[in-house]
Amino acid sequence: MFEQFKTKAEAVGAEVHRFSNAAQAEEFIVAFMQEQGITNAKGAYAVWADSPFLGGCDKSALAAKVPGLSFEVSRELAADAKVGVTEMGWALTDTGSLVADQTDIKQRLASTLPEIHIAIIGTDRILDGKAAVFTRINPANSKFIAFITGPSRTADIERVLTIGVHGPKRLVIVFVDQMEGGRP
Amino acid sequence: MKKNFKDSVNSAVHNATLTGALGKFSEAYKVNRQKAYEGIDFEALRSTIAERKSYAAGHLDQMADTFQANAEALGAKVFRTDDPEKVKEYILKVARENNVKSVVKSKSMASEEIHLNPYLEKNGITVNETDLGEWIVQLAGQKPSHMVMPAIHMTKEEVADLFSKEVDERLSTDIPRLVEVARKELRSKFLAADMGISGGNLAVAETGSIVLVTNEGNARMVTSLPRVHVALVGIEKFVEKFEDIVPILTALPRSATAQLLTSYVSIITGPSQNTDGSQKELHIILMDNRRTDMANDPKFKQAMQCIRCGSCLNVCPIFRLVGGHVFGSIYTGGIGTILTAWFEKLQESEDIQGLCIQCGNCKEVCPGKLDIPEMILEIRRRLVVDKGQGLVQKAIFSVVNNRRLFHSMLRTASITGKPFTSGKFIRHLPMFLSDLTDGRSLPAISSVPFRDRFTKIQQPTCKEKAAFYAGCLIDFAYPEMGETMVRILNKAGIEVVFPDEQTCCGAPARYSGAYEVAANNAVDNIKALLKEDVKYVISACPTCTVALKHEFISTLESIGKTAWLPQARQLSDKVCDFSTLVKKLVDEGRLSFKEGQKLGKLTYHDSCHLKRTLNVSEQPRELLQKAGYELTEMFECDMCCGMGGSYSIKLPEISAPILQRKLKNIKDTGAPVVAMDCPGCVMQIGGGFDQDGSGVKVKHTLELLADQLK
Repeated sequence: MFEQFKTKAEAVGAEVHRFSNAAQAEEFIVAFMQEQGITNAKGAYAVWADSPFLGGCDKSALAAKVPGLSFEVSRELAADAKVGVTEMGWALTDTGSLVADQTDIKQRLASTLPEIHIAIIGTDRILDGKAAVFTRINPANSKFIAFITGPSRTADIERVLTIGVHGPKRLVIVFVDQMEGGRP
Repeated sequence: MKKNFKDSVNSAVHNATLTGALGKFSEAYKVNRQKAYEGIDFEALRSTIAERKSYAAGHLDQMADTFQANAEALGAKVFRTDDPEKVKEYILKVARENNVKSVVKSKSMASEEIHLNPYLEKNGITVNETDLGEWIVQLAGQKPSHMVMPAIHMTKEEVADLFSKEVDERLSTDIPRLVEVARKELRSKFLAADMGISGGNLAVAETGSIVLVTNEGNARMVTSLPRVHVALVGIEKFVEKFEDIVPILTALPRSATAQLLTSYVSIITGPSQNTDGSQKELHIILMDNRRTDMANDPKFKQAMQCIRCGSCLNVCPIFRLVGGHVFGSIYTGGIGTILTAWFEKLQESEDIQGLCIQCGNCKEVCPGKLDIPEMILEIRRRLVVDKGQGLVQKAIFSVVNNRRLFHSMLRTASITGKPFTSGKFIRHLPMFLSDLTDGRSLPAISSVPFRDRFTKIQQPTCKEKAAFYAGCLIDFAYPEMGETMVRILNKAGIEVVFPDEQTCCGAPARYSGAYEVAANNAVDNIKALLKEDVKYVISACPTCTVALKHEFISTLESIGKTAWLPQARQLSDKVCDFSTLVKKLVDEGRLSFKEGQKLGKLTYHDSCHLKRTLNVSEQPRELLQKAGYELTEMFECDMCCGMGGSYSIKLPEISAPILQRKLKNIKDTGAPVVAMDCPGCVMQIGGGFDQDGSGVKVKHTLELLADQLK
């Protein structure tokens, strides 16, 4: 199912990575942010919205490795961030989409305003399509359900596909096989 | 037709940018859409959508009550009105109460429908469209020309000029760079706005949810960043259940832009928190504006099943030539014609309804199962009822229905080359045999019509009989096709009778909205064709076949002449098109082809009515190949040739380029012969090749088969 998802997601311009445990995923994200030059400067911040994955990380150690990374996702920081990290609820093989309950505005800020959105998801959260996810999401509990399929795109000028108009220019999906694994 | 409408059509078809962009898009769309639907049972999917949307349309009050109760229980404020003015006043009131200075909008056709932007701006509120296409159109001071791609009519040069003015810097025409400029400019507007206005692609009654489908991410910002969110939703967007989102979300992006899913789908259920921790003000406006009237009209209720994907525009041979602006209103294309007739008024659709050539492409791809051509005919009918049928038109139909008089007039016209020169007459004449248009020669009108030639044909006496319905083209212009038809059927042991009282099939009258005339044609033909006990009623013209098989019934139903319905049905059961009958006779072994014939390359043109109303496309291909032709398919083989009966006279400026495209596609196959099953298409395409001089032979399938049969 992972391979099916990967094919569909890459077809719409997403980047897909897979790690066997949380420690490796964390390591990848840190290296990615360093490579992107995340630092304490306007336009170069990173924001990371709260999630179960993040709950298992040592935040202060992360912040020490990446200056400019904030776990307080404010409107101002997100607007000036280059990278935003959130965790998603499900991945759909039929369209290469990610689905999450984004009732918490911080989830939306971190996945909408920065240039790059890193989406973390458990490999066991892959479903075969919309019908399956609709039995698992409930609008009575979730005021904002978000489907994200690839980066932001437009073809409004001469039908030329252009990536990154209002939302993120890159969607980097990080699959984790064992969400609890690999950590000390 | 008003002169300014004709002028706008003329300038559109001569706008190379527009026709180039739309033409390229529509060609790519067809292929990409098909790919996007791979592995999906489209018929099953659209049946589900039609059923779910129709259910909601049939229970609008219940949907609105349930939606309101659910959304309000979560803290949203729901405002219901049938009056566009009240919508605007309500939004202004909310804006004033919240001290709103600036608004960002994600795409909302409903807001365009009520001209919301100028109203808010007049009242001192800054409004910024944020969908890139809508923003471009706003900066240009224009209207969107397409439901899904608002700025498809503009070039990157024009966009660069607009943006340059906006940012006060000379920009190049590099598209990614232009998009980056829009990102930067609009980002600050998103962050500064006090109110976000969105539309809604769906409204779910049982949960009070609004669904927004976008690619750019602007709807996420519009609904998340400002303190106040107003969602303006037309009540045709209702579905009953949460799971009803699934089929519509499966079809909408595939049909709209050939995507499996758009980049973003947001399902918003009640207000959530603002970025400062306060609760958002969420106002949902449920706008009627004649939608309930539409839902209560038996002929137009189906229009409520529309999911606003715009696929009817994308496959329309007319839309790709003229674009959206000639429609003059907010909603464009086939569906736009219908919505304009309802949301504005019937008379507003008088000119634009005439743009529909009735090819049926839109009906084939519509995910809501709307029969747009049928609804446009109903608009025509109501316009005629409303205005009364003109005296000239009445006089014309009386001539058309008098077959021998009509023939002699056409014959005179074809000899003198100056048909019906009294100005009014020629303009209004519904028959396509009467005028000369650029790029097409008309056939000579035969000195002796088929009805008089028929009596001289020697036929064997057979047990089985078929009545031949000629239609005007075979009767007057191509009588030899009729003779060939008799010869073929005789070979199969079928004797042909020609009921002399047969008259016009009523298609010209029906397609002009003159249903009373069409109903009289139906009754006269039913009487004539059922007089003798025959096994088949056969026609070699798909338009006539459709009239006999389907339209007599629907015309009679439309005007309440129900006494004739049983006979109309009896006739319908006997009616068969040429290729279907011959294929049956070949399969039964009553006709067979000479063996081992090598007749060379041929390409086949699908006629609109044959392919999309009678669902016949394989039969003629199979027969022609069995006869010994080598079939090579042309590009867009089932695209209309531009004939459309009197369409080619009423709108020659549109018909001509459609024909030229067809001729090119035929020539590109390199086949020396093109076959088709419709004498109208033979006239159009044959006339085109006659002027074009490329020597491609244009033949009715029956002419190509006759000599190959044993």
